[in-house]
Amino acid sequence: MPEIYRPTEPEQLIDLIHWAQSSKTVLAIKGSGSKGAIGHPVPNEHVLDLTGFAGISQYDPVELVLTAGAGTSLQEVETLLAEHNQMLAFEPPDYSTLFDISSFDISNQEGKNGTLGGILAGNISGPRRFFAGAARDHFLGFKAVSGRGEPFKSGGRVVKNVTGFDLSKLMAGSWGTLAALWEVTVKVLPVPEKTRTLLIFGFDPKQANQLMTKAATSPHSISAAAYLPQTLTSRSAVSYLSSSGSSVTAIRLEGPAPSVKYRLEALKTLFGIDAPPLEELHGKNSSTFWCEIGNLSLLKPNPQDQIGNPLNHIWRLSLPPATGWQVLSELSKLGISDWFLDQAGGAAWLACPKTINAGQIRDSLIAQGGHATLWSEGQSLASANTRDNAIEVFQAQPEPLAALTRLVKASFDPAGILNPGRMYQEL
Amino acid sequence: MKMPAAEQEILNQRDVLIKEFCDFLPRERVIADTPSLQAYDCDALTAYRQMPMIVVLPDDVTEVSKIMAICHRRNIKVVARGAGTSVSGGALPLEDCVLLAMARFNKILDIDYDNRCLTTQSGVTNLALTEAVAPDGFYYAPDPSSQIACTIGGNVSENSGVVHCLKYGMTTNNLLGLELVMVDGSIVRFGGKHMDAEGYDLLGLLTGSEGLLGVITEVTVRILPVPETARALLIAFNDIEVAGQVVGDIIADGIIPAGLEMMDKFIIKATEDFCHAGYPLDAEALLIVELDGPVVEVDYLVDRVVTLANSAGANSVQVSSSEQERMTFWLGRKSAFPAVGRLSPDYFCMDGTIPRHQLPHVLKRMAEMSLQYQLRVTNVFHAGDGNLHPLIMYDANQPGELQRAEDFGADILKLCVEVGGVLTGEHGVGVEKRDLMTVMFDQSDLDQQMRVKCAFDPEGRLNPGKVFPMLHRCAELGQMHIHNGELPFPDLPRF
Repeated sequence: MPEIYRPTEPEQLIDLIHWAQSSKTVLAIKGSGSKGAIGHPVPNEHVLDLTGFAGISQYDPVELVLTAGAGTSLQEVETLLAEHNQMLAFEPPDYSTLFDISSFDISNQEGKNGTLGGILAGNISGPRRFFAGAARDHFLGFKAVSGRGEPFKSGGRVVKNVTGFDLSKLMAGSWGTLAALWEVTVKVLPVPEKTRTLLIFGFDPKQANQLMTKAATSPHSISAAAYLPQTLTSRSAVSYLSSSGSSVTAIRLEGPAPSVKYRLEALKTLFGIDAPPLEELHGKNSSTFWCEIGNLSLLKPNPQDQIGNPLNHIWRLSLPPATGWQVLSELSKLGISDWFLDQAGGAAWLACPKTINAGQIRDSLIAQGGHATLWSEGQSLASANTRDNAIEVFQAQPEPLAALTRLVKASFDPAGILNPGRMYQEL
Repeated sequence: MKMPAAEQEILNQRDVLIKEFCDFLPRERVIADTPSLQAYDCDALTAYRQMPMIVVLPDDVTEVSKIMAICHRRNIKVVARGAGTSVSGGALPLEDCVLLAMARFNKILDIDYDNRCLTTQSGVTNLALTEAVAPDGFYYAPDPSSQIACTIGGNVSENSGVVHCLKYGMTTNNLLGLELVMVDGSIVRFGGKHMDAEGYDLLGLLTGSEGLLGVITEVTVRILPVPETARALLIAFNDIEVAGQVVGDIIADGIIPAGLEMMDKFIIKATEDFCHAGYPLDAEALLIVELDGPVVEVDYLVDRVVTLANSAGANSVQVSSSEQERMTFWLGRKSAFPAVGRLSPDYFCMDGTIPRHQLPHVLKRMAEMSLQYQLRVTNVFHAGDGNLHPLIMYDANQPGELQRAEDFGADILKLCVEVGGVLTGEHGVGVEKRDLMTVMFDQSDLDQQMRVKCAFDPEGRLNPGKVFPMLHRCAELGQMHIHNGELPFPDLPRF
């Protein structure tokens, strides 16, 4: 009978994993459950719930460092940071609107957008990623218990540290397959004084990608750049977009007020556009828009569309930024129309019928380089029991790399009891 | 410093190795005569010296692969070396090692402005990367002080830090891809021009792995557009604690400067005597604050920093009004090491990081230790990120001084860990801090790191004697402690 274990002390966690390792019992590691739709379902075994390790234990704003239990909700972390005018600069997204969270056994409402440990374990970042770095770039140190049931730590509580191997990087994006994190330390940064988003309407993907490249390669330090086709702008809660009836290229500037003002004008000059089709988003509208981008909320069809479009897969494509439009033009031949570009072209997000298979998506990337991840199998397949195990969620690695990956996994979890199969079938 | 004992079985193979290398390498790229080997007997940590058995100078990745395959088959130790600028002994050879000198990996392979990246062979110097893209308004942000000489491969191996890393990150935050030759000669590529390579972040693991996991042959780095302008402030204080307070005030005000350096009274005087940068000699502490970006932004932030400094009671505040003046402000700081070198026959540069608010306590303790060890110490400090560089002055020709200096240094690093910091902020563990790893890490922490090492190098042939106090045999580390199969914690919350 599968049970849910919720240790609250490191000793309990050690004992639990020790037991699991000795008895070859598989543990599915879970925080709040908000990212449960990403990755293969772990075989229906015991659940190791890490939300018992909650609470912020150390935060000194001037040191730019925060330490908390891995199961601390992101909401709690972000609320405290906001009180001190600081933030997680990698802009963790909130997928609670994208995924049908009611089916994922969310422990509590506060945890609906996930835990700090979870966002790090998935190395999930938002629109500011290409400018400020990914979650992994802000992950300074941790305490964990390996799949061997042994406690270990790595990194530290300071922003600059090269003592020993940087295992934080290895934990980030390992989806709980190496160790159970119970305490994490992250770098935090000041919230920018001012934000403005420049919207340019009506460009095609190629023009938009070129414009984003121009902005990203200028000295004007843009902190986000995205492109939405008209299908998606119509779904935005920001009226400037939904009423535009056209595609939009959006570029965000952040920083001290005089600087943002100056750079906004400089960008317009650079683009050679200073009148409509051009608009600016301020304050609330700007933040709503970038949440829609980070949270992928525009990929979720409106309820009235759902009948015709119920089984969408959501894919994340990571690619050389200037090539986004080329990949999309390949994909449009497959009839994919629900997509947008983020990261100045370095990320493409697609919602497409599950009849389009992984191979077709991944073939589109061969020429330019990059990889595709199946981010979600769509809400109707959210339950672990019905999900399709045959699809490679994470792109298969070439053999020398795959072999190394297996060896690294074995060095942490030789019995293969932590989240087996979540990333790759053999891992 | 105890290094792994030379293995007679390896030394016996010297001649046959030379012969095998010469099958595919020209004779002048296989070095085995004593005078030539002496050029490779140390890196920038010159207190430790050892000639390697053989030096090879490969030209391309195929040659590296062949060399590694031969060494693997013969169970030979391999140490890779870039420019030999490591200050922690990362490239210190062993008597029975083949030293892979990567100097001929000197070609930049691809510059891709649209994707903001540059791909290069690993032996290209850090500065050459910036020089290659500077005419087009780009640069490679991490700029270690040895950037004229140090190689990008070495930067990756050490995860080199820089003056500018509070704002722009360390090497690890500016990398996109790597090509690595494994211990058995196989070639593996990680990442590319895209972000967030999938699977485990082995790129991140390899960065800062100090040559223990493989030989880096190619690197893809992020390049950035050059900021419009940069200005520096030179702020003098008559109390070092107040200087520390102002650093906190700047960050609390939401400003992340491109550079934020602190110097103590001794180093101000030493550098002023050395290079006459115009530093105020009556100051107890000096801050250099550098801000970069658009002119309007820099001017705006300069004003705010001036206000903060004045309201905290700074003695004097100077703001650079030209590029030449900015460089002059930095001149003293950048001459700190040679300036100390002139005042003392020898010195050790330590490299701990501390939580910044611990600075007054750490400085006070260091002053006490200075009396106890009867050795002078002075401090330069990457104040923004808490990275402290105490310079311990000693004279190796005085009996016992080297040992006292080493002990003093070890005590400083222990203190850094004690106050919540770490042993090394940017120089690496190497051989220098190897035996202190147990101060910061428990055996189980080190065991897990060594198991990762085993995944890449099961026989422990890559850069032996570095980072880990004692490298356990992989078989030992692999043993599992089998429990009785019972869950021993009956009161564990379950649902």
